[in-house]
Amino acid sequence: MKLWVNGEERAVQAVSDVAGLVAALGLDSRKVAVERNFEIVPRSTYGRTPVAEGDRIEIVHFIGGG
Amino acid sequence: MSFSEQEVERYARHLVLREIGGSGQQRLKAARVLIVGVGGLGSPAALYLAAAGVGTLGLLDPDTVALSNLQRQVMYDMADVGRGKALSAGLRLSGLNPEIEIDPLPMALDAANAAELVAGYDVVLDGTDDFATRFAVNAACVAKGKPLVSGAIGRWSGQVGVFGAGLTRGKPLAERQPCYQCLVNETPPDAEACSLVGVVGALAGVVGSMMALEAIKLIAGAGEPLNGRLWVYDALDGESRTVRLSADPACRVCAAA
Repeated sequence: MKLWVNGEERAVQAVSDVAGLVAALGLDSRKVAVERNFEIVPRSTYGRTPVAEGDRIEIVHFIGGG
Repeated sequence: MSFSEQEVERYARHLVLREIGGSGQQRLKAARVLIVGVGGLGSPAALYLAAAGVGTLGLLDPDTVALSNLQRQVMYDMADVGRGKALSAGLRLSGLNPEIEIDPLPMALDAANAAELVAGYDVVLDGTDDFATRFAVNAACVAKGKPLVSGAIGRWSGQVGVFGAGLTRGKPLAERQPCYQCLVNETPPDAEACSLVGVVGALAGVVGSMMALEAIKLIAGAGEPLNGRLWVYDALDGESRTVRLSADPACRVCAAA
């Protein structure tokens, strides 16, 4: 399926939800948040948040410096 | 609460702003703000909030000033190296604005004392450099019903969010604001410390000033504070965007609060 990932169109193995996308992209969900169509998806809802063709996905890395 | 002639002159540029004006400036004067961590982010945030006339500023930091801090912690100068940050910052801010009260708090905040510390303030700013402290500040803000202005930096990236979960406790999920831990569930493994990976000094100025600005908006009731949103800045690309956050229905801090 085609998704926009970090601003670039990318062909990604077909997934149905954010949990599948996290696995397909090899993300560590302790280190990053997943933003779908300008909204960060709460981690506990990954398995019931659908991903559709053409969605805009951004990976937000957690930072903690001050 | 009225203003002296000196205060009217000092705050003249606020007083003419439609969104602040006399009533907003009075709210600033009546406000009590706790700044947790007076380092890279807390320095510009505290300087701008003191200059803005926030009536009481709590300055919490257990550390002393090191030479390597001066690359970005604009609160301090050479004479402060080796001195405690909370007390040095208090002196600097009293010199900047003698109209305000300063609570220097030269101590660490942890899960045991956070709620008591936070309880005495209206708004809390967190610009600390470790996740354990961030989680403790957040849990205390949720428990005590305080809005949290959270900022973070690393390398060339910055983030600012306003977490209002403490203000929406007990409401249905759709009406609840997220807390910090709805975003960052647990300490990321191999969390990068600025001391190891670096941080560009001017970025601390951008993000810390943004935190002060959000606090001023919250207190004065101006515009749309970043509640339930995260501002993400990539300084290398010169790009920023604001993304929506929602409360995590399974959040270990605010879901059952």
